[in-house]
Amino acid sequence: MVNILVPVTTIWWREIIRFYRQRSRLLSAIAQPLVFWILIGSGLNASFQPSGFNKEIGYIEYFYPGIVVLVLLFTAIFATISVVNERREGFLQSVLVSPVSRGSIVLGQALGGTSLALLQGFLLLCLAPLIGIKFSITSIIITIGVMVLLAFGLTNLGLIIAWRMDSTQGFHAIMNLILIPIWLLSGAFFPAAGTPLWLQWVMKLNPLTYGLAAFRSGIYKNAYQQMGNIPSLTLSIIIIVIFCVLTYLGATLTASSKRI
Amino acid sequence: MSNHITVENLTHTYDTRCALDHVNFSVSRGEVFGFLGPNGSGKTTLFKILSTLITPTSGVINIFGHDIYTERKLIRKLLGVVFQQPALDGKLTVIENLRHQGHLYGLRGRQLNDRINELLKQFNLNDRTKDLVEELSGGLQRRVEIAKALLHSPQVLLLDEPSSGLDIGVRRQLSEYLSVLAENEGICILLTTHLMDEADECKRVAILDDGRLVALGSPDELKSQIGGDVVSVETKNNESLYNAIEEKFHVSTTITEDYIHIESTRANDLVKDIMVAFPDDILSVRLSKPTLEDVFIKLTGSKFV
Repeated sequence: MVNILVPVTTIWWREIIRFYRQRSRLLSAIAQPLVFWILIGSGLNASFQPSGFNKEIGYIEYFYPGIVVLVLLFTAIFATISVVNERREGFLQSVLVSPVSRGSIVLGQALGGTSLALLQGFLLLCLAPLIGIKFSITSIIITIGVMVLLAFGLTNLGLIIAWRMDSTQGFHAIMNLILIPIWLLSGAFFPAAGTPLWLQWVMKLNPLTYGLAAFRSGIYKNAYQQMGNIPSLTLSIIIIVIFCVLTYLGATLTASSKRI
Repeated sequence: MSNHITVENLTHTYDTRCALDHVNFSVSRGEVFGFLGPNGSGKTTLFKILSTLITPTSGVINIFGHDIYTERKLIRKLLGVVFQQPALDGKLTVIENLRHQGHLYGLRGRQLNDRINELLKQFNLNDRTKDLVEELSGGLQRRVEIAKALLHSPQVLLLDEPSSGLDIGVRRQLSEYLSVLAENEGICILLTTHLMDEADECKRVAILDDGRLVALGSPDELKSQIGGDVVSVETKNNESLYNAIEEKFHVSTTITEDYIHIESTRANDLVKDIMVAFPDDILSVRLSKPTLEDVFIKLTGSKFV
């Protein structure tokens, strides 16, 4: 056990230290979503009339869980993009020739990214009371649990891409082409209810939809009137756990491929 | 446990391009073994295969009795690897980099600290332990790299172009240090290089060209393949003079882009004779003891670039 724990911890620890020493770079991971939230939230607040909600909900409030998930996604991307350069030149190569298994390397990296994403997510959670969201002990535990799972899954998703890419430009392309649309179509930006049928299906098949749903269930303690018609908490958590397992295995598999 | 690294019929192809073509060699403990070759000769591929970064297409590689295909993890414990590109994290301090490396190899606590201190002392890095690596000079970073590779007391040290970016003084220090290390600790040192002076410091050298191993032996043995000294002639028209010199002096001649190379046991006289015979065609003449570069030119007929 020690054999696995020591390398995983040291890889995780390195991610934290690097973050601590380059705080400004990661600041943008939280600043950009915050600006989105304020601008788009305020802009759409007046004209937002979602179907399927029993209670009036403003867009600033509706958009809030989406923004938290966006911060998790951005931090996961920032945390994993360095893998691209480190794999090609230098540091990661020396990790790859050590006896540490690929699974442990990926686990260390994923836990590092998860910790950073959580840290940023917490900062955003502190803003929740400002828009009238009140946490109970249960809701905060569920919310944090969901954030941990989401951060872990998203970091692994970032790792799957980063381990394949030969350039950071390629990573940015994939980010715009895949990661942002996944987020847009997760219920973060608009609810599925009332959208065309094909779009409803796309959103139903998007794993992040369940991440958003679980997060909403968490902060509202399952009080459905503020959430519209979304998947149940249990189903959502099952799907996120499966998402985490699959992305972790995917990242390990990618890191083990002979091409590298 | 075998005390050799044995490589037999090692072949590696990328898609259709053959990077290594049936390479054979064997290295013993205590040896500094160099792979000399120009860019694209296959030495980096060989380095990547030996360091377990890529799996070869075919061939046998046995390191101290362990097979590289089936006992990869065991072999990784035996290897210390120094990459051509810096493999240190610039945002971490010297000691943090070393600790990270130690942890990867399962070292920790007191045992790790003692070993780190030992190496810091050995590499004269004692007063720089808390400095961020990105703030160190190139030469110092290289020293940390090597200390890092030696941290887990490897049995085999692999170095890819270890002296790239180092000035000649530091380069010589490094060569000396590696020889001492091989001799005292009985470890196998394999390095790739495109520098003649670095290859000269190795106990044995394998010359690679276009994926093939064209010569193997001690630097002196290899140089003795050249009969006598070498005269290099630069002319206005190499082709025509090449024929003329061969015809007139009956000597073994090789032509590269810039020079005509002539091996001769009576090189001193030959310089004079050539100058007298073709006074108008010659731009320069150089007389030298044979170098590994001459061996390369003789064996491959091409310039070492």
